[in-house]
Amino acid sequence: MITQIPLVYYLALAAALFCIGSFGALSRRNAIAVLMGIELMLNAVNINLVAFWRYGAADPLVDQAGIVFALFVITLAAAEAAIGLALIIAIYRSRDTVNVEEINLLKW
Amino acid sequence: MVQNFTLFIPLLPFLAFAIIVLLTRNNNRLSALVAILSIVAALMLSYGVFLEALSEGAELAANPFYGAPIAWMPFGGMTINFGWYVDPIGAAMLFMVPTVCLMIFIYSTAYMRHNHVDEHGHPHAEDDPRYARFFAYISLFTAMMLLLVVSSNLLQFFIAWEVMGFCSYALIGFWSFRGRKEHHIDDAQVGRARGAAIKAFLTTRVGDILFMTGMILLLITLGSLDFNKMYDPAAMNNMLAGLAQPLPGVEWPVVIALLIFGGTIAKSAQFPLHIWLPDAMEGPTPVSALIHAATMVSAGIFLIIRAYPLLEFAQQTSGPAMQIVAFVGAFTALFAATIGLAQNDIKRVLAFSTISQLGYMLAALGIGAFVSGSFHLLTHAFFKALLFLGAGAVIHSIGTNDMFKMGGLIRKMPITGITFFVGAFALMGIFPLSGFWSKDEILLDAMREGFYPHAGMSQDLFLQIIYLMLAIAAFLTALYTGRQLFLTFLGKPRDQAAYDHAHESPVAMWAPLAVLATFTVFLGFWNTPFAPAFFHFVGEGGFMGLPPFEHSEFDPIALTNMLVSTGIALSGFAVAWGLYGFRPIQAGQPDPLARLGFVWKILVNKYWLDELYGYKINLDGTAQPGLLIRLVGAFMRLCAWFDRNVVDGLVNLAGWLSRILARLWGWVDTHIVDGLVNATASVTGEIAEWWRTMQTGNVQNYALMAMVGAMAIAILFLLRSFT
Repeated sequence: MITQIPLVYYLALAAALFCIGSFGALSRRNAIAVLMGIELMLNAVNINLVAFWRYGAADPLVDQAGIVFALFVITLAAAEAAIGLALIIAIYRSRDTVNVEEINLLKW
Repeated sequence: MVQNFTLFIPLLPFLAFAIIVLLTRNNNRLSALVAILSIVAALMLSYGVFLEALSEGAELAANPFYGAPIAWMPFGGMTINFGWYVDPIGAAMLFMVPTVCLMIFIYSTAYMRHNHVDEHGHPHAEDDPRYARFFAYISLFTAMMLLLVVSSNLLQFFIAWEVMGFCSYALIGFWSFRGRKEHHIDDAQVGRARGAAIKAFLTTRVGDILFMTGMILLLITLGSLDFNKMYDPAAMNNMLAGLAQPLPGVEWPVVIALLIFGGTIAKSAQFPLHIWLPDAMEGPTPVSALIHAATMVSAGIFLIIRAYPLLEFAQQTSGPAMQIVAFVGAFTALFAATIGLAQNDIKRVLAFSTISQLGYMLAALGIGAFVSGSFHLLTHAFFKALLFLGAGAVIHSIGTNDMFKMGGLIRKMPITGITFFVGAFALMGIFPLSGFWSKDEILLDAMREGFYPHAGMSQDLFLQIIYLMLAIAAFLTALYTGRQLFLTFLGKPRDQAAYDHAHESPVAMWAPLAVLATFTVFLGFWNTPFAPAFFHFVGEGGFMGLPPFEHSEFDPIALTNMLVSTGIALSGFAVAWGLYGFRPIQAGQPDPLARLGFVWKILVNKYWLDELYGYKINLDGTAQPGLLIRLVGAFMRLCAWFDRNVVDGLVNLAGWLSRILARLWGWVDTHIVDGLVNATASVTGEIAEWWRTMQTGNVQNYALMAMVGAMAIAILFLLRSFT
């Protein structure tokens, strides 16, 4: 009998992924790297959603909210990546940089 | 149904006024033509109304032509309309006013051309520089008189009355300014005209205010100003009950009646507000004729005719309103006649005779002789217009007003002379001219009521006094009119140069004289004691709801009165002949009446009334206010001093105190109130300065914050789930 991988493994993976993503988003200077960090965070959340669906739902084949949620997040992530990259290109064209520390016009 | 077009009668001359002012003012001939055409049209229309009224006969008094198609001023549950009201006396006025006005208009076309001799010695005639304007003004004047006659209510009447006041001002002062190259007047005349215009306007204004006050009170107490509804008995009694008495023992009707009579006193130049009229002679002579015959002063009498039911009611219920009217009239008749004796200006004699004759009319209305008073208004208009126009012809021809520079003019100006004689004899009351019949009727009414009372009644002393005053006035009228005739047209010329210069007037001037003279001769037969057609027309149906007037048959009293009044007139004329005609006055000889001494001096100076309360206008064009006016002026200066020093002092003190107080408050405001406000603002500012550094603009900072916040919330949840 194949032993199931316990839920906590998935959660640990997701937490690690989330930490890596948030570190990247908060510490990288390149805006594209920041976006990539955000993607990692979103995927960590997706893993959580799918894992909880698989282990938490009473009847996974009937109650499919978890995977639908994950699908929505993927769609949203694609849209966000498109807009984010477009913004980065626009900023690069006007300011010749993608360094987020130099993009600080909107301040006091 | 000509009556439905009644309102067009005043509209036509008014249109002429507008056309002349707006379009044709630069063309003298065309302006005169427009004015005359409009008055001819108005005359035909008003003759139509008059004939229609005549065909109604005495029925008209009960059902006058009335229409108020224009709801002009609705307010507070009532409406003041603009319409027409033609009763028999109004119809008779519609016959008189346009006729006389047309004659004056035609006459003016020639009179307003001035003769002068140019540098080469050739005589020239040229138009007055304001010829067109003159026709505009007299058109407006006529329009307003006609509007007044046909008015359907007292307010409409008052509007016309006031515009006439303006027209009289403009026309009396017609020569009150002159441009370059205007040789027909001199500076003294300019000054006199200016003073006279202001004097006329302000003096009549006194009466206008009284009239307006009376009218407002009448509106309050009666609730209507419509002639159609104004005098019904129920409303009249309402006047007594409606309001509290103005003074203890005095009722409203008599107050209102006398206030309205105040308007008449000023407009018809009755004592003591007659002072404007002699000076009004400064206007061009056609204006004098217009003012004295057809329009201005007649308006005052016509007001009393319109207010007659009110006077009658006041007399019956609350006070001697009619007796006051009668007494003022009779007194003025006598008083003005005495002054007329001592005037040397040909027009001023006529001016005083007008005042005197208006006094006659008022005395007649006051003693209840309504029909004869109204009739005298008509006949007087014709013969007084005739006399003024005749005097104007004389002045136009020899260039002076002074009768002592005339004499013998009938040989040079026969038509003017003869027509003037007709007018003068009518004024004296010589049989069978119109003045005889109308004046005789007034005297007859006074005599009959005064000396021959109805059975069971005692003789009325008041009426006897009125009769005597009127009779003496009649004697004086004959005397001064005779004096005028002898000095002007008969005797020897006293100023040969002026006499040689004299000539008969052009046809445009003598033709109106002839027409007016014809009316003067024949109009009297409308109301003789034997065949009183005018009485049947005006008096038989009653008047504005009053019962019909009584008319006595021709009887010995009437015959006596005719003989007496003819005797009075002839004796007056005889005295004039004895003084001025028997031995004609030579040049430089003083007036024979000057032997009266002090009395003469009083008369020459017109009882010093101008010096007392009027405004004396000197021959040289300067003027002094009278004593009363100067006293008022001194009082006003005193008030002004008080105002400047005492009242202003108080005001300044208050202002100074306010300023001190304001400074104090200003300090409090800038330092305390503003300090608080500023402190609030600066504290807010400091905090904001500190806090705003949060906004670094670095997106990773914000993300970090969000992350930290999320973690803090997560930790909180964890802690809560553990406890």
